[in-house]
Amino acid sequence: MAKLKKNISIGAIIRISILSLWSLLVLLPLWIMIINSFKARVEIYRSPLNLPTSFDFSGYLSVFQNSSFLLYFLNSIIITFASIALILLVTSLASYAIVRWKNRIASLLSVFFLAGLLIPLRIGSIYLLQLSKTLRLIDSFWSLLPIYVSMGIPIGVLVLTELIRRVPTALYDAARIDGASRFGTYLRILLPLIQPGLATVAIIHIVLFWNDLWFPLILIQNESQRTLMLGISHLFGQYQTNWTRILATLTLGSFPVVIVYVLMSRQFIAGLTAGAIKE
Amino acid sequence: MKLLQRQSSWFFYFLPALIIYIVFTIFPIANSLRMSFFQGSGFNLDTFVGFENYRRLFFDPLISENFWNAFGNTWVFFLVHMLVQNTLGILFANLLLAQTGKWGSFYRTMIFLPSTLAILVTGFLWKLLLNPQWGVITMIAAAIHPELAQPWLGNSESALITISLISSWQWVGIPTMIFLASLQSIPNDLFEAAAIDGVTWWQVFWYIKLPLVRPIIGVVAILTFTGNFNAFDIVFAMAGINGGPVYSTDILGTYFYRIGIAGEHPVGIPNVGLGATVASLVFLFLFLGVMLIRVFTRERN
Repeated sequence: MAKLKKNISIGAIIRISILSLWSLLVLLPLWIMIINSFKARVEIYRSPLNLPTSFDFSGYLSVFQNSSFLLYFLNSIIITFASIALILLVTSLASYAIVRWKNRIASLLSVFFLAGLLIPLRIGSIYLLQLSKTLRLIDSFWSLLPIYVSMGIPIGVLVLTELIRRVPTALYDAARIDGASRFGTYLRILLPLIQPGLATVAIIHIVLFWNDLWFPLILIQNESQRTLMLGISHLFGQYQTNWTRILATLTLGSFPVVIVYVLMSRQFIAGLTAGAIKE
Repeated sequence: MKLLQRQSSWFFYFLPALIIYIVFTIFPIANSLRMSFFQGSGFNLDTFVGFENYRRLFFDPLISENFWNAFGNTWVFFLVHMLVQNTLGILFANLLLAQTGKWGSFYRTMIFLPSTLAILVTGFLWKLLLNPQWGVITMIAAAIHPELAQPWLGNSESALITISLISSWQWVGIPTMIFLASLQSIPNDLFEAAAIDGVTWWQVFWYIKLPLVRPIIGVVAILTFTGNFNAFDIVFAMAGINGGPVYSTDILGTYFYRIGIAGEHPVGIPNVGLGATVASLVFLFLFLGVMLIRVFTRERN
């Protein structure tokens, strides 16, 4: 018995050491990024690991005062939220129909949508570039909207049909007896019921769209239309030597998603993992 | 008749999603496949050339060298993820399974945290950290072992591995959480029975856990494969669009961007037909890869 106890504690020590070591490996780079964004250049070089001797906000000030950071930040917020709102709308409608329409077309369409889970849209980039040119959307961040909505449809349908299937049929019958129309049932009964699923879908796509570089890079040339990540991608060329400013921009750029993550890490992890597991 | 009408009106609920999905997913992918058989000037691909684009990509010495280089590098990139990221993922999942309570969720949050960062931010940050001029990592590495203080990104022998490891650092949270969820679904009495029989930790892992998570290993392998064969951002951020030094970190994603969208050095004009061909090949690899992985990791009776 004594031996068993000893084994367990040794196991626990190894376990905690490994996990702590990795946590350190995660936190250290982020720590270095954040603390050095408050230092003057000389100090960044001299003592990169220490807290700043005096907080220097010049990096942040220059980001806000003489750069397009706020504009790009706003562009990113607009395109991210517009895309997510549309994804939630079209996929909740489609999922409602997939579950409720007892027809072969419905199940075929469901398979058709889910096939998109396995095909990364980047493969179609060349044609999308051409299409955006034809539609005269090129050079505006709105060109990202239909692409992002399309990217969100497979995951949206996957998560929402799963949830709608669990809604008891009796509820629809009750709604119909009360004289609710099909759309009224969707609006007043279904949408409130599937809120957790809508949140999951939204969270997955906040990360995907906020952090996306590929599509802005190929579709947007116009400087005023850049998303935040596209703006950040030009950072090194422009401010090669101003490390305070680079670090401040990187910190600010990752801030929104990390905050959402820290506030709701459980839903976040569940969301990002859900798509993979159910595949 | 009225019932039929009522039933078919369901179709309108599909319509918005269906139109967007067809126009902006199915169409672009199908067209990229089609365009790989054409050549022309700019986006005006008017000449059907059969498999000529494929032939040039595979055998034309001017083009194929970079293609095969990127192809090989992508496999290295993928293998490092499989070996490092996914092995660590299984390890962390097993450790987290035993680590309950507050600290358990702290460690979980930490392991997953980098996956929420933009790849571009991760790449730029690590590029700065590894910069020998600044020397943060060099300093720490030198303290561990003097041999470790090297310009890891500057050497063409080590740059690709370094970038792959940093990408694994970022994404290890995803396989960890997937494995953890599947381990949590194994009924507890299985472990209890094993404990009574005096089975060692390793035997539990090898004979109980591993066979049960086998299909999940397949899922993770597919995700890794799909992600890696489309990767772009991390190399773009850390090594630039040419996958430097001297193309040693060039992968299919960066190669595709150069040849099909931005234009390959020194010509600087994109070759849309060849770009579509690279995209089609990636599509083909993904299809074959996913099929193969499924066959190997299917549940056995």
